[in-house]
Amino acid sequence: MNQIPALVRVFAYLSLLTVGGGMAAFPELKVLTVQVHQWLTFPQLVHLYSVGQMAPGPNMMMIVAIGEWAAGLPGAVVVLLAFFGPTALLSLIVGRAWKRLEKWPWRTSIQRGLAPVSIGLLLAGCLTMAKAAIFGWITAVIALATLLILLRARVNPAFLILAGAVIGVLAFVH
Amino acid sequence: MNNEVAAKAAAKPLTTPVPQVSIPEIFWTFLLIGATSFGGGVVAYLRSSLVTKHAWIDDKEFVELLSISQTLPGLNATNMAILIGDRLRGIAGSIAAILGICLPGAILMYIVGMVYREHGDRVLAVAALKGVAAAAVGLVLATTVQLGRRSLAHVYDLLFVVLTVIGVNRLHQSVPRVLIVVGAIAILWYHPRKQEKGT
Repeated sequence: MNQIPALVRVFAYLSLLTVGGGMAAFPELKVLTVQVHQWLTFPQLVHLYSVGQMAPGPNMMMIVAIGEWAAGLPGAVVVLLAFFGPTALLSLIVGRAWKRLEKWPWRTSIQRGLAPVSIGLLLAGCLTMAKAAIFGWITAVIALATLLILLRARVNPAFLILAGAVIGVLAFVH
Repeated sequence: MNNEVAAKAAAKPLTTPVPQVSIPEIFWTFLLIGATSFGGGVVAYLRSSLVTKHAWIDDKEFVELLSISQTLPGLNATNMAILIGDRLRGIAGSIAAILGICLPGAILMYIVGMVYREHGDRVLAVAALKGVAAAAVGLVLATTVQLGRRSLAHVYDLLFVVLTVIGVNRLHQSVPRVLIVVGAIAILWYHPRKQEKGT
């Protein structure tokens, strides 16, 4: 079955939800790719997302893998265009109008109002992911240690994710 | 209207002139950032390359573009690429910048996706991925906390954060519905009149 139209619809829609960051769209990403279209399982989604955190560049490039699984190379290309096209166009338009909007009093209201909502959406995304990724004390300690180290020290997060992989192998290979 | 034009003309000499940068230069610079910005935090990489190293834009403009990026949907990294590319060379500059910053990670994840599909169920991979996923939760939480520290100013802000989380995770409402409802309440809460009183 041709998945291309569905990929375009899903990822163009998801792109408009990424207020504050990619994580904001995660709960909806799960519903659409796992439950509705069944392109992958929830553990697979969590794995791809997590591995994607080690990749350079914008941190949602794991969507390319979903596109590839659903429809090969064309799927991967379509997903990229659908996910970055709409927000790119919006940035271009608003970026050019921004100076003119300076006098518009609601500009500040929108910025102030959306800031806490976007943080809330990011947290909600974290919680959705944590439900799948945290089970038992070992994974809880890995997550907590990563959080505390990153808040207190300047470490490249990619190293901490690699450390997580090593601990995972040591702890879960029987 | 006339005032606006006059204001613009007066402001013009004050803004720093946009340096003449070629499209291939833009593409190459963003490609380099896209290929080396390991561990997230692409914005920091953008700043050190574009503001410090190349001096294509100044810090003040960088921060202003960042605040546009954060308000709009879309990832900060790609929104910044669009906005900076547009400042440098118009639409062609935007396209060069976003292609450059996306390509390395996209190609890498394309390959990773295929490898994971073939070998993801091996004992070693399953174990490693459990650790990776747990660490990734810590990472995204840390990113969220750091962003929150910078952008949350009032106690009311915390209320809007909590309302949003409850809407998505407890009441199981869809993200757009929560975004529209809580977003509208928060924007109305900070409506212009309130702003004036506050300052």
